[in-house]
Amino acid sequence: MISNTLRLRLLFALPIVGIGVVIFILAIGLRGGNHTVHPSTLIAKPFPSFEAPKLIDNELTNHEELLGEARLINVWASWCVACRSEHAVIQDIAAFNLISVVGINYKDQRVDALDWLTELGNPYDYTIVDLDGTLGVDLGVYGAPETFLVDSKGYIRYKHIGALTDKVWEGEILPLIEDLD
Amino acid sequence: MIPELGHLLAIFGWTAALGVLVSGFWGGYRHSEAWVALSIRLAKLQFVVLASSFVLLIVSFLHDDFSVLYVANNSNQLLPWYYKISAVWGAHEGSFLLWTLVAATWTHLVANRAQHIPLDIHGYVLGSLGFINFLFLAFLITASNPFERLVPNTPINGVDLNPLLQDFALIIHPPMLYIGYVGFAVAFSFGVAGLLTGKLDSAWARWLRPWVNYAWAFLTVGIALGSWWAYYELGWGGWWFWDPVENASLLPWLAGAALIHSLAATEKRGAYKNWTVLLAILTFSLSLVGAFLVRSGILTSVHAFAVDAQRGLVLLGILTVVSGAGLILFALRASTLRSRLEYWGISRELLLLINNVLLTITVATVLLGTLYPIGYEWFTDGEKISIGSQYFNAFFIPIMLVLSFFLALAPISQWKTTPLKKFQKCFVFLGFAALVALILPWVLANTFYVGATIGIALGLFVLITHVNSLLKRRKSLHLGFVGMCIAHLGFAIALIGVAVTSVYSYSVDGRLAIGDSLDVSGRSYELQSVQTIEARNYLAERAEFVVGNRITVYPERRFYPIRAMQTTEAAIRPVLFRDLYVTLGKPMDNGTWGVRIQEKLLIRWVWFGALIMAIAAVLACSDKRYRRLSKRDLSQYSRT
Repeated sequence: MISNTLRLRLLFALPIVGIGVVIFILAIGLRGGNHTVHPSTLIAKPFPSFEAPKLIDNELTNHEELLGEARLINVWASWCVACRSEHAVIQDIAAFNLISVVGINYKDQRVDALDWLTELGNPYDYTIVDLDGTLGVDLGVYGAPETFLVDSKGYIRYKHIGALTDKVWEGEILPLIEDLD
Repeated sequence: MIPELGHLLAIFGWTAALGVLVSGFWGGYRHSEAWVALSIRLAKLQFVVLASSFVLLIVSFLHDDFSVLYVANNSNQLLPWYYKISAVWGAHEGSFLLWTLVAATWTHLVANRAQHIPLDIHGYVLGSLGFINFLFLAFLITASNPFERLVPNTPINGVDLNPLLQDFALIIHPPMLYIGYVGFAVAFSFGVAGLLTGKLDSAWARWLRPWVNYAWAFLTVGIALGSWWAYYELGWGGWWFWDPVENASLLPWLAGAALIHSLAATEKRGAYKNWTVLLAILTFSLSLVGAFLVRSGILTSVHAFAVDAQRGLVLLGILTVVSGAGLILFALRASTLRSRLEYWGISRELLLLINNVLLTITVATVLLGTLYPIGYEWFTDGEKISIGSQYFNAFFIPIMLVLSFFLALAPISQWKTTPLKKFQKCFVFLGFAALVALILPWVLANTFYVGATIGIALGLFVLITHVNSLLKRRKSLHLGFVGMCIAHLGFAIALIGVAVTSVYSYSVDGRLAIGDSLDVSGRSYELQSVQTIEARNYLAERAEFVVGNRITVYPERRFYPIRAMQTTEAAIRPVLFRDLYVTLGKPMDNGTWGVRIQEKLLIRWVWFGALIMAIAAVLACSDKRYRRLSKRDLSQYSRT
């Protein structure tokens, strides 16, 4: 038997449950829940159309500039810690000269991004500025870093979430690039 | 030096908030006049240092000090001076500085204006307000510092303020919203103080009412300005989109409206005490949810500009701590309170209860519609769903119509019980309103829509009963009653505006070459010319339209090169009962221009009604009884 007072107490505790649910949903939304597109749903889809400036020279670019050759597209930001460790791998890949590497600077400050490239070196043919993350939403970006393989016709062939490693590069991406040829 | 000084002052403000928190709670707990007095002093100090800090950020903007990161990201040498000032709150960091300044202002006002309330309540209210601003200032000075420097790579020029924000309404929209959001922190704090002291009675409700009214009035103006801005700046004639960010401001607005009404019952009849204090806590919690939705980066919309994801977590933490503390306190203390409700007849209490039930359902449905897409994607592992205006309209409109019906009875109803024959006249009024609403569409447009007709009928019904009551009681009016009636009239005007403009508006799209014209509801719109013009910080194509041989309007398409952004500047010309709304679209290959021409009937009534509601809320709490302490109160509570 629950006493009346206790029942009343439990009733008055209900709002806590309510706000708890709201906070829980907001938390999963924050974690990237609302931005996520399942990786498999993007594969074989065309790269989303966009128009945005390039990081270094501020010139406008769009999805059409990506066409013509296969690209490895790397989403990074200067505030992202994992991107820093990943950077060496990206530089190795670029030095390999097998595929064009393009960056997407995600929700970053332009000056921070430029500093970052000056400090660590710039492996990217060019970097697309995604200041407000809209391109990131279209690409279903969970958070930086993420990497996409796009073929010469502009179709997404592969997506990797998290920092790229030599293992992922050699084991998963290289075979795909060879398939493309 | 100036930015460093600004940051230092913000840190002082944070220390002062800590002082307000400690001295307020301790003074309240110990009934100590000296500690509460200290809290009042510190609240003033907090206000002064944060205002100075804010002024220093304005100075940095006016000086084009691009060595400050926030200035470099949101301003430009070419930006006019007034936009340089409004750019201060144009993005994340500065808008939080504004938030904390507004919070400090409210705290300072409560500290000084509430001298007559019991010492313990006063102390706890200040302590709670100090607690809230302490959290926000901690966030500001560590994770969201607007004074952060950009050295050594100081840019020569800034990247400019987002062109969509270079606008008059947007200069005042965010401050109004923030004054409203943060104003509900006062209600929250009174709730906390009431629960801690157990003094949740009619005097408590009377002290709180003006603060809630003021906060709600500012929020109303803020929302109306946002809607007006969307209407003319986004360029396509929409004025409410059920965008999650709009919902974010609507939620505390609805809850605040419910709070205003339940406070009336608590003050006058000692009814619904638990519910009122819960609403006070929830309204501010919803304000925090609103701030989170806009500023955490959880949404990508016109409002949610570049923010990095980490900060969202801190904001969510603040929401959790503040609303959690309030609700736990509620769970522990509220069950010991007793409300008295002696009579359940057709009474004002009952109408206020109906109001609260309906508004609470509305809050719940809007909250559900806003959060559902986020939860849905998580549960389905990434499938997207979009909840559009259909969902919201399907709930919101019927509930508002039912609400309007009961609203019309408000001025006739009496406390405790109302003789039924008092309502007899209402049937005549309702019949008359329905008749006018049935005839009006044939005069207006020769078309008939059930929804609009019901809306117009109920709007007129509310107008008639309230004007009738005002006239009847003209000998013995007091501001509280007048304020209520005027607020309800504002609601009716907005309701009629919404009902008419949603249905009786016209929109025609076309492609026009120079010299072509389009006819919209009997008026001809002729495209005279399109010229390229160069302004200070943008390029524009400006078209000249002659409407009906008399009026000339100039819609534009602008390009802001610094941000590489294209905006549409519609030409809007209000004429009697309608807005003429001309939008210039893209140029086509064959020398024609895409054009959208709209005529919007009674659209201005929506914002006009909102403005009236806001003014009336302020008017109602200017009633004498909120300013002086009644003898009964004096005998009930001595100051110490």
